[in-house]
Amino acid sequence: MDYFRVLVVDDEEDFLDTLVKRLNKRMVDTTGARSGEEALALMHEKLFDVVILDIKMPGGIDGIEALREMKKVQPLAEVILLTGHASVETSIEGMKLGAFDYVLKPIKLEDLLEKLAQAFEKKDSHDRKIRSARIKELIRFPGRVLDLTKEEE
Amino acid sequence: MKTALYSDLRRKITGIILLVSFTPLILLGGTIYFQFARMYREKIQEQILYRAETEAEFVDTFLKERTGVLSAMAATHRMEDIVLQENLARILDVMNTAAGAFVDLGVIDRQGRHLAYVGPYNLQGLNYEHERWFAEVMNRGVYVSDVYTGFRRMPHFIIAVRRQENEMTWILRSTIDPIVFGQILRAAWVGKTGDAYIVDRNGVYQTEPRFDGRMLSPSGLNTQSFGGGVTLLRQENVPVGNRLFAGKALKTTPWFVVVSQDVREEMTGLFATRNLEIVIIAFGVVAIVLATFFTTRITVRRLKHSDEKMQRLNAQLIQSDKMAALGKMAAGVAHEINNPLAVILQKTGWMEDLLAEESFQQSRNAEEFKASLHKIEEHVERARKVVHNMLGYARKMEPHLEDVHVNTTLQQTIVLLDNFARNNNIEIRKEFCDTLPVVAGDQARLQQVFLNLMTNAIDAIGKDGTIRVVSEHKEPFIEVHIEDNGPGIPPEVQRKVFDPFYTTKQAGKGTGLGLWVSYDIMDKMGGSIGLKSEVGKGSIFTVRIPVVIPEKK
Repeated sequence: MDYFRVLVVDDEEDFLDTLVKRLNKRMVDTTGARSGEEALALMHEKLFDVVILDIKMPGGIDGIEALREMKKVQPLAEVILLTGHASVETSIEGMKLGAFDYVLKPIKLEDLLEKLAQAFEKKDSHDRKIRSARIKELIRFPGRVLDLTKEEE
Repeated sequence: MKTALYSDLRRKITGIILLVSFTPLILLGGTIYFQFARMYREKIQEQILYRAETEAEFVDTFLKERTGVLSAMAATHRMEDIVLQENLARILDVMNTAAGAFVDLGVIDRQGRHLAYVGPYNLQGLNYEHERWFAEVMNRGVYVSDVYTGFRRMPHFIIAVRRQENEMTWILRSTIDPIVFGQILRAAWVGKTGDAYIVDRNGVYQTEPRFDGRMLSPSGLNTQSFGGGVTLLRQENVPVGNRLFAGKALKTTPWFVVVSQDVREEMTGLFATRNLEIVIIAFGVVAIVLATFFTTRITVRRLKHSDEKMQRLNAQLIQSDKMAALGKMAAGVAHEINNPLAVILQKTGWMEDLLAEESFQQSRNAEEFKASLHKIEEHVERARKVVHNMLGYARKMEPHLEDVHVNTTLQQTIVLLDNFARNNNIEIRKEFCDTLPVVAGDQARLQQVFLNLMTNAIDAIGKDGTIRVVSEHKEPFIEVHIEDNGPGIPPEVQRKVFDPFYTTKQAGKGTGLGLWVSYDIMDKMGGSIGLKSEVGKGSIFTVRIPVVIPEKK
């Protein structure tokens, strides 16, 4: 599997820890966050390709709020919503806000990996389009290289 | 509410109304009657007093007139003339023409010798010196006697006047015709029981009474009680009934006029009124009783129906509430179950990952571990399915609307089950209404309901039976009846069939969720599911689908 960066956000510690472990074992660069705030803090520091977000998280900001904020911080990161079934309406709402898809708990890792792959596909194609656009721009306006370097940070 | 309570209520209301109606009615009737009766009686008494008074006046006038005429004759004639027979006879004629009722006329000297006589009796030569009346008239000058039989041996009474002619004293005496005299009294014999007569101071009849005795017999009346000249009313319980007596003392002689009347005769008017009143009250009572009974019966019955309706609505409400509460709970429970399940799944997955590593492959129990982990995952999946199913139905997602042809949906469902039914020798009969309107609804969910009910019907019958699927248009619903001739559902169970997790099937054979879900689906659609069942006969489940005309797209 390609090496890509995943952030898992879930307040259920046992679930979070095990999932992170298993994904890492499969060569996926996975980080875990136990709350929406923690996730956003991490996203300010590091770039992620895909975020797996549990919607129903009691206390603090709820899943949808977190999603909104995430889209502001890293709009290109694809978000997969995790739901315990009771919040399917919320999932659909999340989709309207730009989430990639939703999956129901409990889910087999294989199925989750499939979704992850799809999400990464999308992210990847976006990335490539952006890169090619930038290159085209550079060709027309070589001076812009200096601006680009700043952005990369 | 038990039937006994309604009967009790009915009785209480009836009782109160009757009491409240009868009491014033009877009180009023009674009071008015008694007042009326009293006035009536007083009137009667007044009447009889008046009659006695009038009668007494008549008698007094009669006697005064006769005495007057006699006195006039005595005063205007000389003895030597009057003792002559023709003269006496002529005078008698004149007297009778003038006043009448004189039977005879006689002249008696101061020694009591009858000097002259005109009349029907043989009295010539009689001497009255020792007679009481003689002494009285010599004493008083005018005398009206009591009735006596005397020499004639016939009851009569006389009027005698004394004439003082110079030194001579003579007496002019006349007998009054008792018949004529009696006529006066007879005029007062009013009605069938009225009587009038005269008694002397000892209560001896001076005239022939109508009823109670004969002339000159004692009447038994105590004249003392009549008082001096004042008319008094006496009421005595004589054997013949209740009689009123009114007596008045005469002025001309010491006699009493007595008028008597049987009270009952006078009171007939009153009794007629009383009977009329009783009849009216009786009618009134009957009318009140009938009206009360019917009104109360109808009212209480309405109350009962109303109560029953309320109870049914309450039950429905409770059921709805139950459903809503369960729905909420289901969502919460599902979430609480799904999370642990997710953890379990991840942990087993992790264990499988680790088992795959070489170090573990050598372990003797590696296969056992793998098998056990698989089993765990299998059961997690099973649990997940249950929760998924339960929640799928409690989901609040908007059912999506489309054009629904009910008959087509039914047909499709039947096709799905046809094979299965036929294998168990169950016939599915279709009775579809041709003119059902197309409605807006969720076809898939509706089919789910139909499927659920038909499956239940098949399961209920088991083998050999019939299922009738009927569709009809009953504004504002389309009604679908799914009827089976299975064993039926007893009443205690009927209440529970729509509860979640309630099943009469063996463990593992049914989730007990089908009807609960179907009920919820129909409820959200604005319809309902009803159940009619009888043990031994079968069951009919009726699905009511609201007719919602699809919007033109």
